[in-house]
Amino acid sequence: MVAVAAPRQLPRLLHRYKQALIIGGIVLAWLVLWLLFRNIGTLPLDASALTPLHRWINDINDAVGASRNSNPVFLYFFNEIRLVIDEFVTFVQALIAQPSFGRPVPVIGWLGVVGIAGFVSLAVAGWRVALLTIAGFVFLGLQGLWQESMDTLSLTLAAVVISLLFGIPLGIWAGLSDRANRVMTPVLDFMQTMPTFVYLAPLTLFFLIGPASATIATLIYAAPPAIRITAHAIRSVPRNTVEASESLGATRQQTLVKVLLPSARKTIVLGVNQTIMAALSMVTIAALIDAPGLGKTVVKALQTLDVGTAFNAGLAIVVLAIVLDRVTTAATERRKLPRWAFFGGLGVTGVLVYLSYTYLWAAEFQSDVEIGSSIRQGATAVTEWAQDSLPLITGGFKDFVTFVLINPLQALLAESPWFLVALVIVALSFLIGGVRAAVVSAVCLGLLVATGLWQDSMITLASTLVATIMVMVLGIVVGVWMGRSKRADRFIRPVLDAGQVMPAFVYLVPFLALFSASRFTAIIAAVVFAAPVAIKIIADGIRAVSPTTVEASTALGSSSWQTIVKVQLPMARGALTLAANQGLIYVLSMVVVGGLVGAGALGYDVVAGFSQGQLYGKGLAAGVAIVVLGVMLDRLTQAAAKRWTN
Amino acid sequence: MDPVISVRDLWKVFGSNASQVVASDELKSLPRSELMDRTGAVAAVRGVDFDVAPGEMFVVMGLSGSGKSTLVRCLTRLVEPTAGTIMFEGENILEADPKRLRDLRRNKFSMVFQHFGLLPHRTVADNVGYGLEIRGVPRAKRGERSQEVIDLVGLSGYEKSYPDQLSGGMQQRVGLARALAGDPDVLFFDEPFSALDPLIRRDMQSEVIRLHREVGKTMVFITHDLSEALKLGDRILIMRDGQVVQVGTGDELVGAPADDYVRDFVKDVPRSNVLTLKWIMRPPRPEDDLDGPELSPETVVREAVRSVLSADKPVKVVRDGELLGVVADEEILGVVAGEA
Repeated sequence: MVAVAAPRQLPRLLHRYKQALIIGGIVLAWLVLWLLFRNIGTLPLDASALTPLHRWINDINDAVGASRNSNPVFLYFFNEIRLVIDEFVTFVQALIAQPSFGRPVPVIGWLGVVGIAGFVSLAVAGWRVALLTIAGFVFLGLQGLWQESMDTLSLTLAAVVISLLFGIPLGIWAGLSDRANRVMTPVLDFMQTMPTFVYLAPLTLFFLIGPASATIATLIYAAPPAIRITAHAIRSVPRNTVEASESLGATRQQTLVKVLLPSARKTIVLGVNQTIMAALSMVTIAALIDAPGLGKTVVKALQTLDVGTAFNAGLAIVVLAIVLDRVTTAATERRKLPRWAFFGGLGVTGVLVYLSYTYLWAAEFQSDVEIGSSIRQGATAVTEWAQDSLPLITGGFKDFVTFVLINPLQALLAESPWFLVALVIVALSFLIGGVRAAVVSAVCLGLLVATGLWQDSMITLASTLVATIMVMVLGIVVGVWMGRSKRADRFIRPVLDAGQVMPAFVYLVPFLALFSASRFTAIIAAVVFAAPVAIKIIADGIRAVSPTTVEASTALGSSSWQTIVKVQLPMARGALTLAANQGLIYVLSMVVVGGLVGAGALGYDVVAGFSQGQLYGKGLAAGVAIVVLGVMLDRLTQAAAKRWTN
Repeated sequence: MDPVISVRDLWKVFGSNASQVVASDELKSLPRSELMDRTGAVAAVRGVDFDVAPGEMFVVMGLSGSGKSTLVRCLTRLVEPTAGTIMFEGENILEADPKRLRDLRRNKFSMVFQHFGLLPHRTVADNVGYGLEIRGVPRAKRGERSQEVIDLVGLSGYEKSYPDQLSGGMQQRVGLARALAGDPDVLFFDEPFSALDPLIRRDMQSEVIRLHREVGKTMVFITHDLSEALKLGDRILIMRDGQVVQVGTGDELVGAPADDYVRDFVKDVPRSNVLTLKWIMRPPRPEDDLDGPELSPETVVREAVRSVLSADKPVKVVRDGELLGVVADEEILGVVAGEA
């Protein structure tokens, strides 16, 4: 029977797996052609070599630099913006971070800052968080990083204030008006999908390197959550409540001020929290364009592979992040401080600020129990120990991934003739998303060739794909576990939340210690950065599978494995593709950071472009290449998601 | 007496081409589903007419999707009607400009909602005073008036609580107090008790009856629950597919249903509780002994059972000295036994 049935089934099988067969065929043909045409037409470019495009951008940069003070667009527009923002940042820095107004110290010294931070925390978040805040800030001082921390805090606060100044009104507008919402949503989508570092380069063209560019970059990154969440908060106030207010004869304004905003307050504060965390993350990254603060310490240390210093500063960023997160999260709760505590706290704070204004000991953090150097030494010692005694494990893992995954993929992508890779990608795009996807991919590939950075792009693409595969493996394993077990979810979710709050930089430090500078280190850092998002999306997707269906499957006698593979994963496939999409975007946004620790290729090009004038054009082109890669992969995964979910 | 609210040929059509629908007699005559297929528009309220007398408790009853909630929202223009007139104390409120409409809402009518619509960030007292606040009533006066209505609805002692600390029934009392605080002429209730559990619902119904008696306001009450409608309503309007099926007192609906839909609806109603003698009396026959006891035609059957059964002669149904008919054991038993 089997023998007879087989030939009959063959056409059906062929039909069923047609697409898989075609894809397999394409890949096979690629491999064969790769063997034949290896290293021909790969469009390589030396690290210091430039294409006419890069030189042209350099020229523009020079021309812009030369005309900065004569061209009216600059005189009356960009320079004005830059000046205003610079002034504002400098003002905040003068208050808490930098010597100012002819004083050798900032206006408010450490004791005053600790007092104000403690009091604000007390007022919005209660006693326990206030204690945490005070301890955290004192710890920053003890680390020997007071001034750097305050620089970072100043920049963050300045960016947050400006973000909220624009973000909340825009959010309210988008919440009230469908039309405004329709216009804003795609813009915000674009702002958020763009890898964070990419707008650093063009911004420096208009606003120079320094705090203004850093603040504007931070704004672009930090304002969208404020706008989105405010709009969402306004929109999700129950229709009923609004109707009740209208039925009592409230004007639009009365309804907004007395009903919508107070009801949405909690969610809006959540948006503020997101904005602050995003701003902190971006401010540290903006160290790449010379933003002062902790980020700069980390970047410098990373460039000299000084893990101890990087760890100390990274720890300070973590402490700052935890404090800011706790305070703003706790602020969402309704809370009323007793009158005496409020005014008592205000009085004490006033005294502390006065002391810190008047006396040097309260202004400058001087401590005999400085712990920064011990942290540095400790981290360095651990690193050395790890590198000496764990090479079997870490080295083995690293070599395994490098030789089995990274190298072959990179060889295939970067050593094939460019037209071959392009042809394969366009063909695959057509299979996944039809003509539209194929056209998008073709345009993106053309742009990559135009940037003159084809081979670098392919190397980065290889790393990105490897990282994304690892993210998905992690995401499915941990996500399914969390989705199936409430207890696992309860333990893992806070860890993931904490992971997402941390600025991207901080991830590099421990991995640099473990794996030293290499492509692999950058990939692992990207995986760690992207995994929480993917895991959460998959866990939520698994959890959202109807319990009745799972129960029915169990009742039919499925094993856990069968239930996962045949019921939960297929039903959560929308979440899976979304996770892949988000994973890719997150991984790509770490490309530049990875450039700091040996990822090479596009990431390195961008980083080098920031630091060396003659490479400016190339760096900018590399930034564009990252965006183009991002757009292409985003479109492709979204097309795949659409196909898969229907 | 002139009606407080007088609604004529009121239409509400949802959809981008709503105005075309109400302009065309042909489209207007289509059943809902066909209209939906033809134009994509949904006719929620279709040519509704009714009057509400001062001080009346007017109940609009219908199943979900019958358009009753849309209808009550049209009356206050929370939903903008597509066509028709709504005369309120002699003024067509469809012609009111936004300012006039706000004045009306602030002073003339107010509404109680199914899901309460309370402001979660305000205390009970501040919720109740909200309407006064937006009118610009000074704080002290507001507090005074809030306290009055809070006492009236039986919430004394909860002034400082927040809505989420109260049970559903108490939350709706807050909603009721808020509606009463502005001393409106008309109160609209949009299925106010359907989110409450049955015992609380019964309490709240009695509460509304008590308030209606005490404050004597005109009330328009939306419900999907026939027994609630019969319990509260002076008159009841039955809606189906956006149209009026029948308007009448409870005993009229039960005694003389306008069509099979209404008949089906009132089938399970305990008739002896609703029907009055005028619905079951018969003309006197020659053999009847006409010196039995007298009862009014408005007497509810259940209350007449004892006197009819204990009398050995038929009971006379008399209004203003005029003999309308008689009721004997068999008529009474016909109603009571029919329920079993």
